[in-house]
Amino acid sequence: MSNQAVAMPRKTRGPWAVAFAKLARDRAAMASLSVFLLIVLACLSAPLYAKLAGVDPFASTLDAVIQIDGADVPVMEQSTEGLGLGYTPLGPTWRLGNYFLGADSQGRDVMARMLYGGLSSLLISGAATIFTLIIGTAAGLIAGYFGGITDTVLSRLLDVLWAFPIYLLAISLSIVTIAQGIRIGPIDIESGSLWLPVIIIGIVYVPYVARPIRGQVLSLRHSEFVLAAINLGVPGWRILWRDILPNITTTLIVFVPLMMALNMLTESALSFLSIGVQPPAASWGTIIQDGQALLYTRPLVALVPGLAIAVSVMALNVFGDGLRDALDPRSKVRLGRD
Amino acid sequence: MKKLLLAASAAALLAGTWLAPAQAEYLKEHRGGTIRLLARSAAGTLDPHINYTDQGWQMYQPIYDGLVAFRKAEGMDGFTIVPDLAEALPQVSNDGKTFTFKLRKGIKFSNGQEMGVKDVVASFQRIFKVSGPTSGTFYAGIVGADKCLADTKNCTLEGGVVGDEAAGTITLNLTKPDAEILYKLALPHAVVLPADTPAEDMGSKPIPSTGAYMISAFDPNKGMTVSRNPNFKQWSEEAQPDGYPDVVQYDFGLSEEAAVTAIQNGEADWMFDALPSDRLGELGSKSMDQLHISPLSAWWYAPLNNRLAPFDNEKARQAVAYAIDRNTLVKLFGGKVLASPVCQVLPPDFPGHEDYCPFTKNPGTKWSAPDLDKAKQLVEESGTKGQKVTIIAEDTAISRSIGVYLQSVLTSIGYVADVKPISPNIQFTYIQNTNNKVQMSITQWYKDYPAASDFLNILFSCSSFREGSDASINIAGFCDKDIDAKMQKALDLGVTDQKAADKMWAEIDKQVTDKAPAVGLFTPKRLDFVSKRVGNFKFNRQFNWMITQSWVQ
Repeated sequence: MSNQAVAMPRKTRGPWAVAFAKLARDRAAMASLSVFLLIVLACLSAPLYAKLAGVDPFASTLDAVIQIDGADVPVMEQSTEGLGLGYTPLGPTWRLGNYFLGADSQGRDVMARMLYGGLSSLLISGAATIFTLIIGTAAGLIAGYFGGITDTVLSRLLDVLWAFPIYLLAISLSIVTIAQGIRIGPIDIESGSLWLPVIIIGIVYVPYVARPIRGQVLSLRHSEFVLAAINLGVPGWRILWRDILPNITTTLIVFVPLMMALNMLTESALSFLSIGVQPPAASWGTIIQDGQALLYTRPLVALVPGLAIAVSVMALNVFGDGLRDALDPRSKVRLGRD
Repeated sequence: MKKLLLAASAAALLAGTWLAPAQAEYLKEHRGGTIRLLARSAAGTLDPHINYTDQGWQMYQPIYDGLVAFRKAEGMDGFTIVPDLAEALPQVSNDGKTFTFKLRKGIKFSNGQEMGVKDVVASFQRIFKVSGPTSGTFYAGIVGADKCLADTKNCTLEGGVVGDEAAGTITLNLTKPDAEILYKLALPHAVVLPADTPAEDMGSKPIPSTGAYMISAFDPNKGMTVSRNPNFKQWSEEAQPDGYPDVVQYDFGLSEEAAVTAIQNGEADWMFDALPSDRLGELGSKSMDQLHISPLSAWWYAPLNNRLAPFDNEKARQAVAYAIDRNTLVKLFGGKVLASPVCQVLPPDFPGHEDYCPFTKNPGTKWSAPDLDKAKQLVEESGTKGQKVTIIAEDTAISRSIGVYLQSVLTSIGYVADVKPISPNIQFTYIQNTNNKVQMSITQWYKDYPAASDFLNILFSCSSFREGSDASINIAGFCDKDIDAKMQKALDLGVTDQKAADKMWAEIDKQVTDKAPAVGLFTPKRLDFVSKRVGNFKFNRQFNWMITQSWVQ
């Protein structure tokens, strides 16, 4: 009897599975993703932390007294030496749930504010990324596909946005809207709303997405399958939706972490300048600003959020690079002007 | 008025005889050297007729002179008016409407020109020609000022300021008596400059001066050098005393933290800006002998917009006044050594001040504790509970902290509050303009001169409110016809009986406080940090530290 095995057809994996397998093998990318997810999870636990710690991270608690090893310790300690000038906030206790990172100049728990601040920073950078991708992709698709006068007008508009230094534009828009909010027709966004930094950051980065997308669409526009669809009389919107958009999906996915990192930096900068997240709400940028006045006595108040921003941005960038290598190894897409 | 002037002259004589020998001896011993000052930035234009900043006014004291001056003396004595370029205090006639000054002879500007009657007349005209910031308020009572305000370029003040070259006199005619006119004439906006000084903002160009010093170099981005006026000969120790250092070098650009370190290391002698809050503890314990704490005639307050909901309701305003814990605010400012809780408008030790505090747990003369129950009850009664309130603070560490604290107070008594810190460069004008619909803000008022009207009349009279203007200093938009009439009466009374007028101002202070158009937060103190080599530190209540009266060797 023949012992010969029957040849079975080999199961081929789809491009997504291949990409994810490749990504899973990229240790640096996966480690970065883990770090980022840990940060997200920690930030999501902010309300729980505040509840367990029994602190209100947004209210001034200058007269608060906490217990450490059975002893009453004031959150704001008055200098008792010499002239008795000034108050110094409590330093880190290194006890979770009890002013782990100490207090800020308002007597608030820095750890609780760090977690809430991270939540704001992540929400704003995430929402701004979605906003940028939607507007940027739409602009890139329309300009690249329809060409002609549509392309000229859209490209010049993007050029105008591109011409401004990003931070200067974001700061200018923030200053204009910070006191009165945005009121255009049915759109009514109050000052102090988190939507303000989302929209401002979202707008300033539109050219960064729209330009590379337009380039890709321009080349896809002349590919055989698109020409065939045009000749068959398929409507333009359908070609864009069914034929072109799926072909740029990988690029868009690659954009997500990289854009998010950029947006997080921009949000922090705006909040540091008092034109992003408004007090008493927290973001990592506002906590750095609070800590600036305590650099000499309580440097951790400014250092910890700075570190959190650096780690998050680095994690997103490393993961973004890994994602690009996995999804689109030939891509030359880079964020930035060069 | 005459009685007051006589008393002032006698006191001046006494002080002068007491000071003279001591200063002469010290001058021999300590004269010379360079005193080095630091500030984050320059104080704006060098033009004394335009500059309206504490920093500028302090520096002008050893440089420029007016017909009269605030006495260069320590403490409350610094509020006394003494003759400066005028030989004596003026003769008052025409029912208090005419003031005649006899000009001193032999005084020269730093450029060598003789100072004379024509310079005084031209200087008064120039106040209007350059549209000085107080031309329409402090000097609007001079005859002819109305025409000058309407047509600044062709201002002559005809009939208002009359010079007599032969007699060497200047006659100042007012449209009505003004008890505060001498204070106004002693301010830098009324100093005497050479008649040929261009009638435009001189910006960074120094103007020749009559004082002991002159500005010899200025770069707004780097610094200012003030050196001895070669033509100066001391004529009055109490008006314009000779100084100790040969040069005052004022450098701009260093941060507050860096400035503290420079002073600690002996690389600088003093800094203008407030000390960083996180260095207070260290300096208060390690450098006690280099710190000087001095009272200020100033008021940190929170104007409540009396024309916008919810603070168009008196009970809502009073609720806020009851709820605020002034001790917390004092803590935020650096502690009890640097500030005192306050409920009323007029600062302590100020004319017309009588301790008064209705918005506290035990109403009386002093603030003791917030009364949250009363505050909540008033919010309920006002029917404003749940309304949205936005607080506009300055984007500085202290103002922002106070804003955050006030936001939590408003939230605790039933409002939906938020706080917006905006750049200090624009906040003060932004909160004044009604178009910006500011409900509540945080700001400060520092006296121009020691008179109750400088707080009450300026901050709360109907005429200080201007709809849609960036210069509407009645930020609260408060206008009470009865109180306004009383203020006018007090101003008139001051011409003949200042003591009775001050009594009346005390009543007005109480009435304004009761209506709570703004909430008093605290009275700050000035903290000066000097290097170890600075000696003879003297703090004048009108213009702060008298820089050139300290020595560095």
